[in-house]
Amino acid sequence: MFRRLDADAGDISFRFNDTEIVARQGDSVAAALLAAGLCAIRATPVTGASRAPYCMMGVCFDCLVEIDGVGNRQACLIPARNGMIVRRQTGARDLL
Amino acid sequence: MRDIWDVVVIGAGPAGLAAATTLAEQGASVILFDENLGPGGQVYRGIEQTASHPSLRAALGADYASGGALADRFRRSTAAYLPASLVWQVTPDREVWVSCDGASTRMQAGQVIVATGAMERPVPVPGWTLPGVMTVGALQTLLKSASMVPDVPFVLTGSGPLLLLFAQQCLKVGAPPAAILDTTTRTNAIAAARLLPAAMKGQGWRYLLKGLALKRALRESAIRQYSHVTGIRIEGTDHATGVSFHANGQAHRIDAAIVALHEGVIPAQQMARSIGCAFSWNDRQACFVPDTDAWGNSSMPGILIAGDGAGIGGAIAAEHSGRLTAFEALRRLSRIDAAGRDTLAAADLRARNAHLAVRDFLDQLYAPPPEILAPADDVLVCRCEEITAGELREVARQGCQGPNQAKSFLRTGMGPCQGRLCGPIVSAVLAQAHNVGMDDIGYFRIRPPLKPITVGEIAEMGGRLIDA
Repeated sequence: MFRRLDADAGDISFRFNDTEIVARQGDSVAAALLAAGLCAIRATPVTGASRAPYCMMGVCFDCLVEIDGVGNRQACLIPARNGMIVRRQTGARDLL
Repeated sequence: MRDIWDVVVIGAGPAGLAAATTLAEQGASVILFDENLGPGGQVYRGIEQTASHPSLRAALGADYASGGALADRFRRSTAAYLPASLVWQVTPDREVWVSCDGASTRMQAGQVIVATGAMERPVPVPGWTLPGVMTVGALQTLLKSASMVPDVPFVLTGSGPLLLLFAQQCLKVGAPPAAILDTTTRTNAIAAARLLPAAMKGQGWRYLLKGLALKRALRESAIRQYSHVTGIRIEGTDHATGVSFHANGQAHRIDAAIVALHEGVIPAQQMARSIGCAFSWNDRQACFVPDTDAWGNSSMPGILIAGDGAGIGGAIAAEHSGRLTAFEALRRLSRIDAAGRDTLAAADLRARNAHLAVRDFLDQLYAPPPEILAPADDVLVCRCEEITAGELREVARQGCQGPNQAKSFLRTGMGPCQGRLCGPIVSAVLAQAHNVGMDDIGYFRIRPPLKPITVGEIAEMGGRLIDA
C-alpha cells in the first residue's frame, strides 16, 4: 500500500500477532503497520467489519490495537518501540 | 513535576507553541502537554525530524518549513514540555488530569489554554469506513512523519486548500495521485467571487497567489482531474477497490486501493466542550465554534481557547492567536494590566487580522457540499457503533429529540471515538429531521475521560486524591 521515500527501513522491531514488524525511530505503531503492508488491522465489535487507520491524528479510533496487554490503544499516537507486543482486536471483547 | 502552574497549555501546534513560548519568555511558569511525539501539531507535524531530510522539507514547502523557527524558539524557552501525554480531564476549576507512559497525575493551573486545533470534517459517503479509505490529512501525516507515500493507485476527493497542497506535495515527491475529484460546487465558486476584493486585503493576497500557483501546478500535471463532482461512492467489500462518482453529467469510475477524503477542517470540540465551554453554530464555516472574545476567553473563567480550535484561521493566524491568549492569561494572572496587555498584543492583533482577511472567501468557496451534511439513509454516520443516517432519521420520527437522546436510542457517539467523528453529522441529521437549527438541536454532552485509560491507572492516583 505504501512505500518509503528513502531506503532506510529502520532499526526498531516489534510483533503484530505473529508477524515481525520493522519500524523507524519516530514511527507511530499505525504508520509502521501500514509501512509493513498491513491495512485492515482491526475488526469492529458490532459487526466484525474490517477497519484500518483513517485519520492518523487521534480522532477516529479506528486504529485501536492491544499493546503489551492493554486494549484500545490508539496505534496512530503511540510510538513504535523495540519488543512491543501488539495484537489485533477482533470483534467484541470476551467479558469472562 | 510541580503540581501548580501559572498556565497549562494543551496542544503543541502553532497556537500552543506560541502561547507557551510567550508565557515562558514573560516569566510565567508554564507546561505544555501534547499527544504527539514532537512539537508542531498537525500542520508542522514532524518538523524536527524533517530538518534532517532536506529533500522532503523542500517538497513540503516553505510554509511548512517556517514551523521550524517556532519549534526552535519554544525549545529555547523555559516552558516545560511533556510530549506523548494525554490530557483526559480538565475541570471547571482548572485541574488538569494527564496520562503519560501509563501513569496519570493531576495538577492545578491558574489558567488553561486549550490549543487542541482542528480536525478534518467527517465525510460520510458510502464506503467511507472501508480499509483503504483515509483522510487527505492522514496521508499527509504519513508523508511528514514517516516519509511514506502510497505505492498503489490512489485518488484524492473533496475540496479545500489542504487537498490542493497535498496533491502538489505528492507531485514533488514523485508519487502523484491517479485522479483528483474536486467537489467544490459551482454555486460556491460564484458566491465566493464577490468576496474576492476583500480577500486580497491584509495578507490575503499571499494565500490567493499560493492557491493559484497550486492550481496551475496541478493543471500542468498529468493527473486526471474532475470538477463539480457529486455522488461519490467508494466501492469494495473488505478493502477499497475504486470510487464511482458523477461529473459533467456523466457517471465515472476509477480504480483505486486508497481513497483520501477531505472537506475542510473544523475546530476539535472535545476538550473545550468537556469543560463546559459554550459553543455556537457558525454558518459560514459550517461547524460548531466555541464562544470566545478577541482574547480567546471562553465562557468558562480561566479557560482560554487559542488557534483553530476557536474557529478556523490557518497556521499563521493560530500562532498570533496563541500569543494573544498568552498575553490575556498574563493579565488574568495579574502579572500585567490591561494597558500592558494591549501594548504587548498590538502587533499580533494586527497580524492575525491581516491573515484572517482571506477567510470569508475560502469559507464560501470551500463550503462543504450539502450531501456531506445530509448523508443518504444507507450511509454509516457513527463509525464506532455502526449506525446509519437512516436509523438516526427513524428514531427522530419515533420522537428522539436530539443527539444526547440518540445515545439512549442507538448508542451513537458512545463508541471509542466518543462522538468526535459522528457528532457533527448526528447533530446535522437530527436538525434536518426536526427542521430546527443546529443551535436548537445542540451537540453531544462530552464527558471525561477524554482518552482511553485503564481503571488501574485511575486507582493508582487514589492516594493523592484523598490527600488533596
